[in-house]
Amino acid sequence: MTTPTTNILLVGVGGQGIILASEIISETALRSGLDAKKSEVHGMSQRGGVVSSHVRFGPVVHSPLIEEGRADVILSFEILESLRWLNFLAPAGAVLANTQKIVPPIAAAGLTTYLADPAAELTARVPGAVLVPADAIARELGNTRLVNSVMLGVLSTMTPLAEDAWRAVVAEFVPAKARDANLAAFERGRALRAR
Amino acid sequence: MTKKLLSGDEAIARGAWEYGVRFASAYPGTPSTEILEAVAQYREIEAQWSTNEKVAFEIAMGASIGGARTLVAMKHVGVNVAADPLMTFAYTGVNGGFILVSADDPSMHSSQNEQDNRRFAAFARIPMLEPSDSAEAKDFVGAALEISETFDSPVMLRITTRTAHGKSVAVLGERQEHALRNPGKIDREKFVMLPMYARRRRVVIAEREQRLAQFAEETPLNRIEPGDRRVGFVTSGGAYAYVKEVWPGASFLKLGLTNPIPAGMIRRFAASVDRLIVVEELDPYLEEQIRILGLPVEGKSIFPAIGELTPDIVRACLAKAGLLEAAAAPTHAAVDGLTPRPPAMCPGCPHLGMYLALGKLRDATITGDIGCYTLGALPPVNALDTCICMGASIGTAVGIQKARGDGKNIVAVIGDSTFLHSGITGLLDAIYNKSTITIIISNNGITAMTGGQEHAASGHNLRGEPTYSVDLVALCKGLGVEHVFAADPTDHKAFSQLVKRETQADHLSVIVSSQPCVLYPQKVKRGKYAVDAEICIGCGACRKSACPALLKSDQKTAKGHFKTVIDGELCTGCGLCASVCPVSAIQPVAKGV
Ligand SMILES: Cc1ncc(C[n+]2csc(CCOP(=O)(O)OP(=O)(O)O)c2C)c(N)n1
Ligand code: SF4
Ligand code: SF4
Repeated sequence: MTTPTTNILLVGVGGQGIILASEIISETALRSGLDAKKSEVHGMSQRGGVVSSHVRFGPVVHSPLIEEGRADVILSFEILESLRWLNFLAPAGAVLANTQKIVPPIAAAGLTTYLADPAAELTARVPGAVLVPADAIARELGNTRLVNSVMLGVLSTMTPLAEDAWRAVVAEFVPAKARDANLAAFERGRALRAR
Repeated sequence: MTKKLLSGDEAIARGAWEYGVRFASAYPGTPSTEILEAVAQYREIEAQWSTNEKVAFEIAMGASIGGARTLVAMKHVGVNVAADPLMTFAYTGVNGGFILVSADDPSMHSSQNEQDNRRFAAFARIPMLEPSDSAEAKDFVGAALEISETFDSPVMLRITTRTAHGKSVAVLGERQEHALRNPGKIDREKFVMLPMYARRRRVVIAEREQRLAQFAEETPLNRIEPGDRRVGFVTSGGAYAYVKEVWPGASFLKLGLTNPIPAGMIRRFAASVDRLIVVEELDPYLEEQIRILGLPVEGKSIFPAIGELTPDIVRACLAKAGLLEAAAAPTHAAVDGLTPRPPAMCPGCPHLGMYLALGKLRDATITGDIGCYTLGALPPVNALDTCICMGASIGTAVGIQKARGDGKNIVAVIGDSTFLHSGITGLLDAIYNKSTITIIISNNGITAMTGGQEHAASGHNLRGEPTYSVDLVALCKGLGVEHVFAADPTDHKAFSQLVKRETQADHLSVIVSSQPCVLYPQKVKRGKYAVDAEICIGCGACRKSACPALLKSDQKTAKGHFKTVIDGELCTGCGLCASVCPVSAIQPVAKGV
């Protein structure tokens, strides 16, 4: 991440907490003394549709939208969705992908098919892609909604943003009841990369 | 100094609070909905959902005439509904400062059209401000209120999906209280638009436009950012940020006030650069006006007039025009032909039971309306024949009967919020003109599509406080419909029989189909259902409901039919599938199991 602006594209499926995750990243950037902008489209996404959120931070950020081929990180909350957005990946960009598969109802009903092995497709295209068992970790910790904190934990090891700012913002932005569980999930994500 | 990341919508709400707004109203509509949701946090502002945009506008208009600083918010198509009061309020002018927020949706992320509402500001001859980010969105609320009171005009604050939903940094300020303006007697010559008074006001409006044109030359809302003289960009709103991103060193004329435009400033700017280029989303609104000034200008010859702009599009278009280097092709390609994820109705959505019954009709014509139930137009439901604008289902169905002669098998499907918004007048017309169609009000108790806002039949208001709730059955009966039925869409047999009978009848009928939305106002908590694989005969009748929790099982019957299995995480326990099953294979999961 040598460019003055860092571009993070979050992608996944409606209901996965992507918008909250993008708020946490932007706020962490702000508290690290940077300018930040983010953009996504609300609306149809609620009902299981495709969701993407653009987050950009740096000394001065003009556009809230990332251009194709310029995402430093694609943070994918669902394995197949990482493939849908690869055109945004910068030449030296990283892909962090939750290995969870979310099969859309129309595939379950037999109207379309879900790709056989999206993880293999991803690593064939991006050999350095980081596969994160975020869903498995979240289940281990007792709540599938912790996926986004695991993913943020992994991401936090790769950005110039202050570690303490990350923790403080996660603690503040997640529902109070689930604060400790989310912080634990965040640390599990960090530990994955530390290894 | 507190800096905060705010969406444009939140920033407008914050601006309303800081600059002394006392009353705010809206009817929900993406991407404007979050404005009033955010305003509701500020106790100093009296805030409400109204039944539709026209009413929201009229009440706000009354608050302004009463002397309060006022804001009304709606999505772009909402302005069509509110256009009648808007066009004449533009004549009367205001008392307390008045802002109309128009939230446009280029690319139709969640809309039925992408009309460019800048035309409305010009049409109504009212000033218009267009912020580029959240900091401006907040500041422009203050500027708009000042302009409104100084020039005696309603002011349009026009945002787009990207400026409404995108978040950027704004600096928070404190609230400035503004007392009611002229709280005494209302000036009748100003506010009674009889022709003789309106003719006088028309002249006043022309004078106002001249004063505003002068103001446009002087206000810091418009600014020249000198740079590379080879090209000068005239731009505003979200587009400014994209051009700034791809060519930060160019010369800019950044317009915050886009009606009226500053002719003198544009001339000066044009003279200082080699090529004058307008970058604007949708219509050539600025470009046409600049061309009328007699200046050589480019715009839509370079940029698309359809859909929203992005930095990618701006860069590619400038490259095509020979002004910038093209971006290097991305090193990775998006994978084509991936599994699509069309938005679908929720597991246990009450609209599903209604559609299951409608699916059993042969040769029915079904006019639709706008809401979550519009998703019933897509596979696997495939039920709707039309969907044009809010409230249109009833009139359209009546019109189809008028054209074809028979009301049998013509059904209008409309949501509760939409019925209250603009369906009631259509129903009245159906009664008055002796239509014999069938109308189904799919009543889930809330305005769901836009994220779960209260309405006049949900029993609560914007702040979640209990209030009067209109009884839809009594309302329809009161209007004069003889055949009104309260029905439960999850009781398949009874519901389906009722629909069959009424669609064959020679009279007008209204079926009020009621069950709660599973997401709003809070997620429903009900016991789940499960399929007993021993009993299931694999007929697939339940799966026709399109409930996303009903899946094909790996198990097949002796005849090779797939049995059904329920995804226990998704099921919300509506019981529809159980009521469909011919062999009672689907039962509630016993508690404690
Ligand atoms: C004039 C206008 N205003 C607002 C909207 C935004 N909008 C789309 S659907 C909808 C309401 C849906 O509520 P309801 O009819 O109760 O159906 P539900 O989504 O609850 O199923 C609204 C407000 C619009 N499309 N047009
Ligand atoms: S949000 Fe409510 S109305 Fe909309 S699809 Fe889900 S259950 Fe149905
Ligand atoms: S009860 Fe049946 S129809 Fe209702 S949500 Fe559960 S699986 Fe779907």
